Amino acid sequence: MSLNDILDSLFPAGHAVAVNNKVISGEATTAQGTVAVLGTTDAAAIDHAMALALSAYILDTIEQHPGRPLVYLVDTSGQALSRSQELLCLNGSLAHLAQCVDLARRQGHASLSLVTANAVSGGFLSFGLMADRAYALADAQVRVMDLRAMARVTKIAHERLIELAADSPIFAPGAESYVRMGAIEAIWPAPSASLLEAALAAGGLAAPASDQRQYSGLLRGGRQLAAGIAKTVQNAARGA
Amino acid sequence: METLEFRFNSKPVPRVADPALCGVVGSGNLEILVKPGIEPEACRVRIKTSARGFGETWRAVLDSFASSHPAGGTVIAINDMGATPAVVTLRLAQALAEYQGGAL
Amino acid sequence: MIASLAARHSWFEATARARVAGLLDPGSFSEILPPAESSPSPHLALLDLPGAFDDGVVVCYGQLEKKPIFAIAQEGQFMGGSVGEIHGAKIVGMLRRAVKEKPAAVLFLIDSGGVRLHEANAGLIAISEIMRAVLDVRAAGVPVIALVGGSCGAFGGMGIVAKLCSAILISEEGRLALSGPEVIETVAGVEEFDSKDRALVWRVTGGKHRYLMGDCAMLVDDDIAAFRSGAAEFLAGWSEPAPSVAHLRAGQQALENRLAAYASYRDGLQVWAALGIAEPESVPLLDRDALVALKEGLPT
Repeated sequence: MSLNDILDSLFPAGHAVAVNNKVISGEATTAQGTVAVLGTTDAAAIDHAMALALSAYILDTIEQHPGRPLVYLVDTSGQALSRSQELLCLNGSLAHLAQCVDLARRQGHASLSLVTANAVSGGFLSFGLMADRAYALADAQVRVMDLRAMARVTKIAHERLIELAADSPIFAPGAESYVRMGAIEAIWPAPSASLLEAALAAGGLAAPASDQRQYSGLLRGGRQLAAGIAKTVQNAARGA
Repeated sequence: METLEFRFNSKPVPRVADPALCGVVGSGNLEILVKPGIEPEACRVRIKTSARGFGETWRAVLDSFASSHPAGGTVIAINDMGATPAVVTLRLAQALAEYQGGAL
Repeated sequence: MIASLAARHSWFEATARARVAGLLDPGSFSEILPPAESSPSPHLALLDLPGAFDDGVVVCYGQLEKKPIFAIAQEGQFMGGSVGEIHGAKIVGMLRRAVKEKPAAVLFLIDSGGVRLHEANAGLIAISEIMRAVLDVRAAGVPVIALVGGSCGAFGGMGIVAKLCSAILISEEGRLALSGPEVIETVAGVEEFDSKDRALVWRVTGGKHRYLMGDCAMLVDDDIAAFRSGAAEFLAGWSEPAPSVAHLRAGQQALENRLAAYASYRDGLQVWAALGIAEPESVPLLDRDALVALKEGLPT
């Protein structure tokens, strides 16, 4: 599905969105008013320039349109893999982007992300997973690594990984695993204005320090340990 | 991975501090956790090891250790990533020394 | 010099527990969820791999020069310090505890390649939770200091986490980046990044380069006592700023300027020359004090 088709379906009341160097930025009209639309397309491998373009647009929105909701469209194959990018500390630019997403939340901007095609590791961490809530389209690919590469790195047989992936959301690639693990709120069968508006209208957005993903992962049966362990560590009585 | 369990007779350890941990589960290394047990003259050992088929070697190394060092009254848990017998013996001595309140 | 070298206790070589023990005031270490009260990752057991009781991370409280602090220490020797479900949840729990109890600082001893692939989704999500939690701790006014000098450095998602901290203290042996050189070589070819060229790897990702570029606040010797005194010194002169647009605007400008100036470079030597260092090839040979003096003498 092309980006324009996705935008038309999400924002039938109108949108003005530009794409530069695989970076999306602009605004759109929804029942809740104007929202900022930003993100990446064409399986962008996030580099310094893309991260800084996104962070600049977030800072502009915070300054010029206080409280305007942010809708992140995620299509990233991960981070750019190059020596020159690492030389200038690519993790630093991705952290800066993540910090801007976080600041917007603290300043009262609701946010959600929608994985339109691919969401992979570092690219997903830097903005998609920083939004208040993440959603994914039905055919979206969400993963750290595909199972064949994982087999190579972990030296565990590919067949064994496929077998285990069948009932383990812990490492099985796919948006469904991320729903069960608590990181993706829901899978949308297709881009839809009504689903987007319902998501924007849902309560609990834009509250800092309210990361509920461990709890969601527990309720959905995908991540059974994290919530309990974090709580134990948080509340353990001090020893002598 | 293989799980092994043994019980050895051993003289009681003279003094009991908090549970003690020694070593790291890294390549060629292992971690050993020593906790109080209920039998003062015996040491129970439970091992999870990445290397299969070394049960008799483990038994010999641990038996020799338990008969030459006081280790009674303990339960010892081991996570192993292919440590050699020499490393196992060294870590056991370190873990028991710490368990008795010795320095790190 | 010889005597002080002999007295050194290498951070790089030490285990996470030894680092924490040497970092905190003697006798003040107190672990939360210690090994005897926790169990290894069931996900590793499912893959037929032995786990570690602490799942590769020590979370504790204690004191640094009598001030109450929290410490989180990753064990690089266990599965590359990687973040799995339990490992990540312990860190998140400790950071949330810091929001509530407000210690003088959280010291984050990072030694990690990032996500534990054996628990890939759990690891990635946990890192996202750690990212948000670090920023929550800082927003509560508590500095989070990353200490990087272990064998695994700070890579992948943990490289991002390191850069979300208030500051990074790094040793020459420390490395900080996103993708590992091996990954770049595998995907983009040996001419893009030769991961076996150790000198090149250090010129691109190593502690001296990150310090010269300003990505790390302090360069310290590979010595547990040096990390301890560095952390104490840094904290004495630091008050955590509230999150603000002005602060991030300044960061944005600095990053844009740097990208405009150095985007075409592929080796630390080129950047160091552009920074105004007369003999960039001498940088790898300088000791810590000489390098700090060199940086302090650079035009700003």
